[in-house]
Amino acid sequence: MIPIAYNVRSVVQRPVSTALTALGVGLVVAVFIGMLALANGFSAALAKTGSSRNVLVLRKGADSELSSGLGRDVSSIVAADPHVATGADGRPLVSPEVYVLIPLAKSFDTTQIANVVARGISDQAWQVRNNVTVTAGQKPTSGRPEVCVGSRLTKRFPHTGIGQTLHFAGRDWSVTCHFTAAGSAFESEIWGENEQFMPVFRGEVFQSITFRLKDPGSFAEAQRALQADKRMTVDAHRESEFYAQQSQLLGRILSFLAVMITGIMAVGAVFGAINTMYAAIASRAPEIGVLLTLGFRPWTVLVSFLAESAFIAAIGGLLGCLFSLPLNGIVTSTTNWSSFSEIAFSFRVTPALLLVGLVFAVVMGIVGGFFPALRAARLQVVQALR
Amino acid sequence: MALVEIRDVDKSFQRDTQRIDVFTGLTLDIDAGSFTALMGPSGSGKSTLLNLIAGLDKPTRGTVRVGGAEVSAMSPGQLAAWRSSNIGFVFQSFNLLPVLTAYQNVELPLLLTRLSGRERNERVKIALDVVGLADRADHYPRQLSGGQEQRTAIARAIVADPTVMLLDEPTGQLDAKSSQEVLTLLQRLNNEFNKTIIIVTHDAHAAERAKTILHLEKGDLIEKPRVAAAAR
Repeated sequence: MIPIAYNVRSVVQRPVSTALTALGVGLVVAVFIGMLALANGFSAALAKTGSSRNVLVLRKGADSELSSGLGRDVSSIVAADPHVATGADGRPLVSPEVYVLIPLAKSFDTTQIANVVARGISDQAWQVRNNVTVTAGQKPTSGRPEVCVGSRLTKRFPHTGIGQTLHFAGRDWSVTCHFTAAGSAFESEIWGENEQFMPVFRGEVFQSITFRLKDPGSFAEAQRALQADKRMTVDAHRESEFYAQQSQLLGRILSFLAVMITGIMAVGAVFGAINTMYAAIASRAPEIGVLLTLGFRPWTVLVSFLAESAFIAAIGGLLGCLFSLPLNGIVTSTTNWSSFSEIAFSFRVTPALLLVGLVFAVVMGIVGGFFPALRAARLQVVQALR
Repeated sequence: MALVEIRDVDKSFQRDTQRIDVFTGLTLDIDAGSFTALMGPSGSGKSTLLNLIAGLDKPTRGTVRVGGAEVSAMSPGQLAAWRSSNIGFVFQSFNLLPVLTAYQNVELPLLLTRLSGRERNERVKIALDVVGLADRADHYPRQLSGGQEQRTAIARAIVADPTVMLLDEPTGQLDAKSSQEVLTLLQRLNNEFNKTIIIVTHDAHAAERAKTILHLEKGDLIEKPRVAAAAR
């Protein structure tokens, strides 16, 4: 084989055209990784929202909490189900919840209104959702108009500091605490007591009932039992699967956009690589002629120039990874299309994504290098040497 | 049996609508261990003849055999393999790869063999030693003089111990002193190492170093007795 040092040093010999080509590839890779990091972060936020030990009960046929409605009787039946775990105090770990969207003005631009989830919970919810931690302040007191605000909301919406007062549903609500929930969508919600929310929003009806399974392996059994109960018409979902499913539509659209946009940009980068490689091969025709005269076979010339193109693109890929790294952790928000609520999440640049970006770069290099390399391999020796 | 046998070869080129016949019915034998100079005016077909022997070009008609192998009938893949072990080619403009050192340039043909790294190293060192450039192994072509570049190219041509060395105007870009050095080296390779050498040249002084001088004129070969060389 033609030594790789030949290609590497030839690339270094023309730093400007190499750098420009690599930069083009790098920008495409950065956008590609950035968009996938967005889709990744969104999916991760919703995937982390549910626990596989929890069961979410909705009215039969409801595909989101928003379109569900369950009476107090259902709440009692579910709480009495033998599959429900009990807390240290002997009470069942069940949280019948009110779920509504409230319009709130954003901090940075008060003319921009976002739909924020207000979730009315039972005091058991803090145990049912064991990834939720109060980071500051005290949990709302039962019987009082108090709320706890998810950590993602505090910087994005005004009047969310502890001791401040939020106004919604025609009432004032004092903020008594902030909570985190391991980066999940709960962090984009406002939690208050269900009995406080019920009268001011949708009356004597819960939107969902979430309970903790006594035995995590018994989900199918619990689901069957609940859905077969003649006294109510409900669907039981494993909480983790329910939220993962909610992220699917937008997650897919984001991934599709990532592929579409970077696909179009990649065409440009590939043409850049084609141009660079054609120029390189034209100026090195005598060298190729020598290699063929020495007895190197045409396919080794092809491989050699493909490797050169892939090498330039790999430099671009590394640049792209570097460009995309600062995106990691940046918080952004979007509307969750399944619940129409505002959900904040972070860009997640993972090692796997970086690897995908690098592979994408090398593929661009190989595609861009193919026709020039083919021309090199097909050069007529006598003409190449002239 | 001759090492190089050219039998009844026609070679023509198409230039625009015009057909140019370079050779018609050319027949030539070159023996093993010979040192042959091909002379003739520009366009007489000297380089074309060299390219036919090296398998870089195909005859329109007729056969070219080197060491018993019919070069004119080989596929491009077969030719590449055959050339790597049978032909040492030296160009007028040296054609070293500029990004590789003298050592790496000389090593190139050995990368096509099954030799180990140590064996390659030994061979490259011997070849550079023979051409008197052992101390320039790590130099890049741009750090060498024209004469040194051409001697490196000769080392590259001999390193794989080819059946025949073909040199196309090897002194065409060299000053008088470097030319003499290169020609003396070629004579030594022919005399001491019994290399078969075919050289194309315009330079009568260069040709006189050869044992046989062939003149190509309008596609015909005329063997001329050497004038000055007899006295050497």
